[in-house]
Amino acid sequence: MKLRFSRKTLGIPYAVFLVCFVIIPMLVIVFYAFTDDEMHFSFVNFGKFFSDPTKLSTIVYSLVIALLTTAVTLVIAYPVAYILARSKMQKKYILLLLFVTPMWINFVLRVNALREILAWAGMLGEANYFNTILGMVYDFLPFMILPLYTTLSKIDGSLYEASADLGGNSFTTFTRVTVPLSMPGVLSGMTMVFLPSMTNYVVSDMLGNSKVTIIGKFIETYFGTDWHMGSMIALILLVIVLASTLLTGGFQSEHNVRGTTV
Amino acid sequence: MIKKCLKAFYVGLILLLLYAPILLLAVYSFNEVDTLGPMGEFSLKHYAKLFGDPAILEMIGNTVVLALVAAALSTVLGTAGAIGMFYSKRRTRTLMNGVNQIPVINAEIVTALALAITFVAIGVGKSYFTLVVGHMVLCTPFVVLSVLPKLKQMDHSLYEAALDLGASPMKALFKVVLPEIVPGIISGFMLAVTLSLDDYIITSYCKPSTFSTISTYVYNATMKGNVHTAETLSSFWALTTVIFVIILIVVLAANLTGRKKQENKGVNA
Repeated sequence: MKLRFSRKTLGIPYAVFLVCFVIIPMLVIVFYAFTDDEMHFSFVNFGKFFSDPTKLSTIVYSLVIALLTTAVTLVIAYPVAYILARSKMQKKYILLLLFVTPMWINFVLRVNALREILAWAGMLGEANYFNTILGMVYDFLPFMILPLYTTLSKIDGSLYEASADLGGNSFTTFTRVTVPLSMPGVLSGMTMVFLPSMTNYVVSDMLGNSKVTIIGKFIETYFGTDWHMGSMIALILLVIVLASTLLTGGFQSEHNVRGTTV
Repeated sequence: MIKKCLKAFYVGLILLLLYAPILLLAVYSFNEVDTLGPMGEFSLKHYAKLFGDPAILEMIGNTVVLALVAAALSTVLGTAGAIGMFYSKRRTRTLMNGVNQIPVINAEIVTALALAITFVAIGVGKSYFTLVVGHMVLCTPFVVLSVLPKLKQMDHSLYEAALDLGASPMKALFKVVLPEIVPGIISGFMLAVTLSLDDYIITSYCKPSTFSTISTYVYNATMKGNVHTAETLSSFWALTTVIFVIILIVVLAANLTGRKKQENKGVNA
């Protein structure tokens, strides 16, 4: 049989790659999550997880840390994005660029820099939860600024004038024009900060002195000992990730801060 | 006027806080002391240590080579994949698009755990191969996502015209389709490089134990600091500074030259 070249066939290697290294590994996780040590189908991990208060409280702590990080990041980032978006400065993109440039420095080195400062200030090991949240805010701030800036700068300036003409003061204009129109950016930024805050355990390890266990770390601790429980927690995390992605209207790749390459 | 000053002050303050840790380390990297605190004499000893330590040089080399290898492979696989997907039947396209999103949305730890367990379960020991595969899983979906929009934008009658004028499908692909999507391919490649350079979690799950990248080396040095002294840690000051300066030059140069046309459009290329 002569294989005729067509553009479609170009997709085959990637399709095979996706099956081997994305779909099959996910199925393997599902398999381990729902089997016991004898590899029989069972809900034992599911039951063990939801009946163990320490496991549940770890998840709750992790969610609280992620929510606090997201809230603080939003509060800091919104004014920055708003000021930059409304600024009439000529070369304001350079400023914006300065806000995202740290993202390209290796993130472990960035966390290490903060760790050195915290150690110097005598805070390392003293305020583990505070340090963890501080580190995450520091690390993920550009994730929030960029989508906010993108949506805020798209708002038509005449809407502000219209609001003023109709008698709105700057406060009502902000709450009734700016905030509603920037919601896509807010949601996108929140997802992009919330998800790594639950899983990126490098920050919590290095700054929380390994005393803070977020879900990502929790999975890691089971990797060497109990694949079944590890896989179950990974699945639960996956459910949380999917839920928050759906809740916020999906991941928008145009807002991905890494998409800002040259 | 006061309002304007306040705004400038706020933006400046956040920017300062964002850069403070790195700038502080940069200042100390030119000093003889090994821990932050009272300064001593000017010294380049941290740089001498950085560039004189074979282990550190090796892990820097590892990081760069891995990023280039993984990004190149991801770019080829992802570009071909995107073209294949784009011209496939709708169902195939939707399906591949959906699977392509999995590693993008998924937490890295879940991707890493799934890969690592699968490798162990089928008896494949961790090697450079598994590490490259891990990085390709991380990077390829982003290449696909940056190539697909360019395919959507291009004029498809050009390809038909090439065929009508006697070009083979292969030739038409290389002479007509590829040149149109080059910007997407380049940004996909750059994205892949930065993702790979920055990665810690997938690397730590897929790498052979003797292999280190900047991320795993620095993490291990700070967390399991028993074999490492303050001197190793302070050579990271020099490393941070060197990387910071390189990034600053690259980012500013690239954006200042290629930007003239589209001022005021934000950094979304």
